[in-house]
Amino acid sequence: MKQTRIVITGLGLTAPNGNTLAEYRQNLLAGVSGVELIEVRYMGAQPAGVCHFDPLKYQKKKEVRIGTRAGGISIYCTREALADSGVNWETVDKTRVGIYLGVTEHGNVETENEIYSISLFKYDTRFWTHHHNPRTVANNPAGEVSLNLGVTGPAYTVGAACAAGNLGLIHAAQMLRLREVDLAFAGGVSESIHTFGIFAGFKSQGALASHPDPTKASRPFDKARNGIVVSEGGCIYTLERLDDAQARDAKIYGEVAGYCVNSDATDYVLPNATRQAECIRRSIAHAGLAPADIDIINTHATATPQGDIQECLAISEVFAGCTEVNINNTKSFIGHAMGAAGALELAGNLPAFDDLLVHPTINVDDLDPQCDVPGLVLNEPKKAKRVDAILNNSFGMLGINSTLIIIRYRP
Amino acid sequence: MTKDECKKLVVDIIADIAPDEDLGNLKPDVRLRDQLQLDSMDFLDIVMELRKRHGIEVPEADYMQLASLDSCAEYLTPKFNALAANA
Repeated sequence: MKQTRIVITGLGLTAPNGNTLAEYRQNLLAGVSGVELIEVRYMGAQPAGVCHFDPLKYQKKKEVRIGTRAGGISIYCTREALADSGVNWETVDKTRVGIYLGVTEHGNVETENEIYSISLFKYDTRFWTHHHNPRTVANNPAGEVSLNLGVTGPAYTVGAACAAGNLGLIHAAQMLRLREVDLAFAGGVSESIHTFGIFAGFKSQGALASHPDPTKASRPFDKARNGIVVSEGGCIYTLERLDDAQARDAKIYGEVAGYCVNSDATDYVLPNATRQAECIRRSIAHAGLAPADIDIINTHATATPQGDIQECLAISEVFAGCTEVNINNTKSFIGHAMGAAGALELAGNLPAFDDLLVHPTINVDDLDPQCDVPGLVLNEPKKAKRVDAILNNSFGMLGINSTLIIIRYRP
Repeated sequence: MTKDECKKLVVDIIADIAPDEDLGNLKPDVRLRDQLQLDSMDFLDIVMELRKRHGIEVPEADYMQLASLDSCAEYLTPKFNALAANA
């Protein structure tokens, strides 16, 4: 059955190394990391990806005070996406707009802050804020956007661990195809650097990155990699059905060609290369493509010793004999933006449809032989012969895998 | 504590609760809600900050006493002074 064509017509982002697509892309091509040291409660200085957008660009101070960091990031990215899309907002039927935001987790930051706050008052719960519940409900980031923009259609988050950024886009494409909405704001967000629990959890797991130079702490595929750099960020797209986009003569970044979401069903944390390969293969089939049609693979690799190897095994299996494929990793620049990761990492590659440049994986000084997959683009950008299809992997805990394929738009 | 000092403490709290507002020309005898964009949630925040910063409890039945700066001062100044006397 021929599916309704869904296209990307706008995007807004904030990443540790850029607050617009142009700035972000420029830094990805120039090898500029966005990782810095921050003070984490109870843990001291840790490398982290910090965003430096202006939260007051689209919100009042009071709204920033009452809302969450994830909500603020979501509002910034959505407003930027809306402006970028050229949609005439005044004429849009707000009941037909959907907001679908991927989150790895939400509520840890606000809960930790309140517990810390009442610890200063002998844990007397009379000092617990009445803002706690609206801040920590799982739909908070999407709900804050609906308030800010007056969207009265469906607005909720999709919880999918670190696969969530892709899931937001995939879910939006599905809802557009079902004609539940006419315009979707979709992607992923993360405020995770503001919770010590994420850092401490990875530390206890032996999966938290450390390096004397924070800009070198995130080093997927390098032999000396030692774990994840936690980051905040957001990337939200406007998605529309092709006929709607064409009717308003919209700029089109690319077309959602195929996707797959599956589950390992094998472990809480450890990845499963067999299921990852299955996810990749099924997404390619869903797009009506063959592995040799894929020009860029943006890896999920988080720089954990085992995780990178498992993904490389999956890629090696699916893309055996594909000599022209280019493989890169965006976390080496920005760390792991959790729920935003998939959406941000896709955005960093979309301009390749125009300039054919594949941004590299940086910080690979000594390539791990077990990650030595043919096609890796290391440390310097590469000019590709062709960029017609970008495949974006995002995997998460509890064994959730997602692969999304965006192709060059051709009328 | 004088009533004017009490009003200043209340205005300091409002400045944090309603950071977008210009508090330079607040009329002490006019309801705060008629001069500022404050809703019931903001009044809960004011009550919480009085508790956190100054150890002052405002029972729900007395929330209406916080309507204007004058009524705040009338209601809160004795509480501040009682606290200081017991300190």
